[in-house]
Amino acid sequence: MSRKMPEIPSASLADIAFMLLIFFLVTTTMDVDSGLRRKLPQWAPEQNDENDINERNIFVVLVNKNNDLLVEGDYERIENLRERAKEFMENPYDAVDLPEKEPTEVPFFGEVMVTKGVISLRNDFDTQYGTYLAVQNELVAAINELRDELAMRKWGKPYESLETEQQDAVRVIYPQRISEAEPKGKI
Amino acid sequence: MSKFRKDEGKELPPISTASLPDIVFMLLFFFMVSTTMREVTLKVKMHLPEATELSKLEKKSLVSYIYIGEPLPMYQKAFGKAPRIQLNDQFAEVGDVQDYVIAEREARVEAERNAIVTSLKIDENTKMLIVNDVKQELRKSAALNINYSSRKRSER
Repeated sequence: MSRKMPEIPSASLADIAFMLLIFFLVTTTMDVDSGLRRKLPQWAPEQNDENDINERNIFVVLVNKNNDLLVEGDYERIENLRERAKEFMENPYDAVDLPEKEPTEVPFFGEVMVTKGVISLRNDFDTQYGTYLAVQNELVAAINELRDELAMRKWGKPYESLETEQQDAVRVIYPQRISEAEPKGKI
Repeated sequence: MSKFRKDEGKELPPISTASLPDIVFMLLFFFMVSTTMREVTLKVKMHLPEATELSKLEKKSLVSYIYIGEPLPMYQKAFGKAPRIQLNDQFAEVGDVQDYVIAEREARVEAERNAIVTSLKIDENTKMLIVNDVKQELRKSAALNINYSSRKRSER
């Protein structure tokens, strides 16, 4: 038994390790889940508080089962929804058919006229989820754009890069009030 | 001066590859550790809708998922082609959502329970009927933070 064992060649070790490495490189998914953040209202059976909101303060968006949009009583294309929603929330010329404003004391801004507008979104049972999400996206985008524009006017930088207190102030001026009515079988 | 000129004319010795396996192993271990294997096997087909106003989900441990979509072809014999809800690893009914949310909440530490986000991964061709039912169930079980999972669309 004096014979020495031949040494195992380790030249292929690197190849094997490379193969494993490539396998893990390919299978790794570093996907970050992203999406549209929303907050659902509290569960309260049979609440009906939309009656005491003035007609001009509601921006009604209906989506029917053919994925058509009805905005404030007339057909609208989804491309124009963002502009319509921005105009509604901003009401730059104090038009009588657009929402009322209420003087509110806001930090950094002093007394500002804050809109009382509410966006009401209602969909059909047969509406496609894709359309519903696209509408939600446009409405959220409208409010985000308004906030951005205000932040640019006041501080010269976008809303995202403001301090927390500044963001809070901007949020008071342009609240994200999107109410979702209970869906109906038919619109 | 002559000290530095000594090697001139000779060939460069070959670079030693003895440390190559070590380097590769180091990379390998990095990827093995950082890879997170998918926890659930998807049983439904999903083509997520596109949106622009996305926000990222920061804390993955606080997210619970609800999948809705058409069952994959191999399950269609048993479950049909109508969109179904998938919770964890199996198909579920609308009534199971509340139990699922409660179980998910129990699994988190008490301090973090208010920050739980439910991410809805829903196929874009799903009808709103089933989505609305799920949303009502979420409201009933007080899981109010939701996230409509979607892909990034480049701005028009």
